[in-house]
This record gives sequence, C-alpha cells and structure tokens, in this order.
Amino acid sequence: MNADNEVIISVKDLKKYYDDGEVKALDGVTTDIRKGEVVVVIGPSGSGKSTFLRSLNLLERPTGGTITFDGEDIMSPATDINKLRQKMGMVFQHFNLFPHLTVLRNMTIAPMKLHGLSKDEAEKKAMALLERVGLDDRAKAYPSQLSGGQKQRIAIVRALAMDPEVMLFDEPTSALDPEMVGEVLDVMKKLADAGMTMVCVTHEMGFAREVGTRVIFMDCGTIIEENTPEEIFGNPQNERLKSFLKKVL
Amino acid sequence: MGKQSESKQSELIMVSRKKYAAMILLFGILSVPASVFPVLGLVFGIIAISMYVKNNSVKTLMMADVGKTLGLIGLILNLIITEIELLFFPLEKIPSWLAKYREVFFASDFWLDFENNFLTDTRYTYIGKGLLTTFQVTIFAALLGIGLGVVVALVRSSYETLKDELKGGFGKAVLFVLYKICGVYLTVIRGTPVVVQLMIIYFVIFASSNNKVLVAVLAFGINSGAYVAEIIRGGIMSVDKGQFEAGRSLGFGYVRTMALIIIPQAFKTVLPSLANEFIVLIKETSVSGYIGLQELTKGGDIIRSRTYSAFMPLIAVALIYLVIVMFFSWLVSLLERGLKKNERR
Repeated sequence: MNADNEVIISVKDLKKYYDDGEVKALDGVTTDIRKGEVVVVIGPSGSGKSTFLRSLNLLERPTGGTITFDGEDIMSPATDINKLRQKMGMVFQHFNLFPHLTVLRNMTIAPMKLHGLSKDEAEKKAMALLERVGLDDRAKAYPSQLSGGQKQRIAIVRALAMDPEVMLFDEPTSALDPEMVGEVLDVMKKLADAGMTMVCVTHEMGFAREVGTRVIFMDCGTIIEENTPEEIFGNPQNERLKSFLKKVL
Repeated sequence: MGKQSESKQSELIMVSRKKYAAMILLFGILSVPASVFPVLGLVFGIIAISMYVKNNSVKTLMMADVGKTLGLIGLILNLIITEIELLFFPLEKIPSWLAKYREVFFASDFWLDFENNFLTDTRYTYIGKGLLTTFQVTIFAALLGIGLGVVVALVRSSYETLKDELKGGFGKAVLFVLYKICGVYLTVIRGTPVVVQLMIIYFVIFASSNNKVLVAVLAFGINSGAYVAEIIRGGIMSVDKGQFEAGRSLGFGYVRTMALIIIPQAFKTVLPSLANEFIVLIKETSVSGYIGLQELTKGGDIIRSRTYSAFMPLIAVALIYLVIVMFFSWLVSLLERGLKKNERR
C-alpha cells in the first residue's frame, strides 16, 4: 500500500559482530523503510531485532553494511549524526525519562537547545502534545511520580517534540504492567493513523496485526520473512516463523 | 555593732548591689543573642509544622532538624553564659556552697593546668591562629581538589565512552595522551602517602619558596583531586546508560548530553561522598607540621613544647577537630537524607 512512497531509510547488508565475528547479532540485513509505513519487527529474543533498530540511529555501531537516511550515509565520517538523530525519535523499553527534570522540561530541553525554540514556544508545543496523550495535568510532575504507562506516553511525546520524520520504538510495552500496555499502544496507533513513519520492535502481535503495514520476522540476525500482516499471520511460509507464531499466539 | 559601721556596711551593700545590677544587665544582654537561637528554632519548627500540614515533603524534615539544632545551640550557649556568670559574680553575692566550690575550682590542678596552657602568655592564640590556618588550607585545597578531580574524571570517562565513537585523528590522540597522564596522576598520588607528597613539594619542588600555606594548599589539593576524580567518575558511571542513550537519541552531542543530563544526576549521587572527602581533608591537614606550617595540630604541639604538659593542648586540639568533624558530618547526613527523599526515579 505504501510501495510507491519514497524510501526514508535504506538498509543494505547490515552486519554487527561481537568478539571478532564469533557472535553475529546481525548477519546481513537488507530492507527499505518508506514514508508512512509502520514496520513491525518481531522475532524470538536474541534474534537481533533490537540491535537492528538501535543501528538505525547508530546507538549501536554496525560492523559492516550501509544505512542511508534521507539519502545520506549515516556511517560516513562526514555525516553529522547528531543532526540526523534529531529527525529520528526513539522510544526505549525503560522509558529513559530524565529523572531530574519535570515532565515539561523533559519535553522542552531538546527543542530549546537544538531547534532554538524559545521557552514559550517550546512549552506551548509540549502542552499541545501532552494534551494529545491526555497528560497535560502532569506537566509539572517529576517522572518518579508517574506510572509506567504515563512515563512511556511522555517518552513518546518527548520524542515527538523534535518533529521527527521517523519514530523508532524499542519494545515500548515490554516493561509495563499488563493493564498499562493498552494506553501506550493507543497512543502509538493514533500516531500511525496520523501518518507517522514508524519502526517498532514489539511482542504485541495484536498491534502488529492491527496497526502494522509490514511485518518483519527476524531470527539469528537475519530477516527470515517479511510481508503484510495478513500474510505473516494468516499464511506464514517459513517453518521458524510458523513455530514462533504457534508459541506466541 | 556601732551605728556608723552599720551605715558604712549598708553603703557597701548599696555599691555592690549596683555592681550586681550592672552584672545582671551585662549578662542579660549577653544572653540575648543566645536566646535568638531558640526563637529562630521555634520559627523553623512552626514553618515545619505548617509545611507538614500542607504537604509532607523533605523540606519539612530539614526545617524541623534545623529548628531542633538551633534550639540546642541556644540551650548550650545559655548554659555556658550562666556558668561564666557564676564564675565572675562577686563572692558575697553567690551562695556560700557555690563560693566554696569556686575557690576549690580555681585552686584545682585542672584550672591551673588550663591557665598555664592556654591563658599564660596568651597561648590560646596558637590554637586560634592554627585553626584559622587549618581552615584556610582545607578550603583552598578542597577547591583545587574539586577542580582537578572534575577535569580528570571528565577526561577519563570521556575517553572510555568515546574511544569507539571517535574515528581517530588528532582529537582522539590528544584525548588518549590526556587519559594516560590522568592515569599516571591517579596511580602516583593514590600510591604514596600524603606526608611524603607534602614534603616532596615543599623540600624539592618549591625548595626556593617559603610560602608554607601555598605549598600545603597545593599538596593537599593535588592529593585530594585524585580521590575526588574517582568519586566523580563513579558518580558518572552510576547514571543509567539509558540516560546517555536517551540524550544522544534526541540529537544532543556528547558534551551536551554530559552537561545537561549526566552531570546533574551524577552530582546528586556524589555530593555526600564529596562532603566526606572534605571532612577527611580537614583531618589530613594535621600533618602540615612536617613542613613547619603552624596549623591547629602544630599549634597545640607548640604549646606542649612550651609547657611540657601534653594532656591539655592535645585534648583541646582533638576536641576542636571532633566538633568540626561532627558539625560537617551532621550537614552531610542532612544532605544525604534530603537527596534520598528527593530521589526522583
């Protein structure tokens, strides 16, 4: 459905080896991520899906292969990775909110320091985003005063405050109590409906099926199968995918 | 008893009554500042209670603690003033049992020893000036130590995080050299006794200078810097790695991530340890006598060499250190409690 849109991130033969090649976290991953896509990466633990995601904004330094973002090679020494990261929002499993700053300051610090927004502009924008996720009454709270679900929603809007072109989600609901998973997935779904390009590593098969436009199944550092959610869940081809789905569904 | 002598006596009593009134006035005035403390304590207590009603926060506890302490200080000051009053009141104006007690006290070995060690030839100035020098050296050495420590800690932790990210070239080479220099500094300073370092700086490096305070500040500052560096590096490392990644993923460079996100959090965790290092430093300066610097310990020692009595000056010196250290330890415990309750994770 988005096959004709322009490619934002292009990954070619991505490799990440540890211990001189003894451990291969990523062993030749190639894929394109197009504007407006919601790519959901699934797979057993240790399959390299988190490493793959963290390589996209170079939190993990790949051993080989290339990643281009907006046509720029992100691993080239000439590239200003900090500039590129501003266009790639990231949401972590453990939220990683800044505990010494209020919710509002968490959200305004990057736009103010990096985009040169004034305090008023940044706070206005942050409040609008907080309203979108129904947390505008917690602007003055500190992260420790929030529940896990609230923390993760704040983490999402903190990333959105930088107006990213792509949002990367690294198991955003894995550290949450079950009753809080829904509120975070809701925010992500709304984000997807609004047309945000998203790459999401998750164990939430319901989310993958419902919101994803493409599902990538990874195992042993490679992409085993990649297709629409309907095909992946309705008509899996590979044996490993079949046995994985049997376990998780 | 004749009439004349009776009137003379009543005159005498009148005079001594006036003196007595003046005395009472004087000590009354003296106890005013002392009374300020309990009053302030009361004020803090009331603030603490009203804050407790509103919201039970850390500040409440700190307020209550400050109130308690001020009250205690006031009580002790008032006690001391009362004691002094009793010592100097005219003999006939105090109860006879107390007068007898006072006579005995002023004739006691304790008082004579005290007088000989501290009052004769104004020997207490050795203690007073020595204390001043001790503070001088400690404060400037602490400042130097923190400055050095921060720089060394930043160089070491920067190199450790950036060595994979930097693509080589001039910057990395410079950082590597600095990293190695800092490593040598830490090894040498932490591997040798501070007295030896002090003497090397005084007798070898600054052999031509006679500014003992400066030498002591340098020696203790450089020594303390090594320990401060490790404290701060530990603080930086104790901040969750995810914080660093979150900062970088928003687009902050290494320096800004450190300055805006890591250092403020690290600072909170290391503050009590840094304060403890300051306390250690106060006591460490007592070896300055090795280069002839007259700080508190040396001051007490000089008195001992004059009076040939060791007990009074040394115990006095020990008590002064004890009071100072207890005061700062109390501050540190307040700080620790505040930080713990304030923990925002």
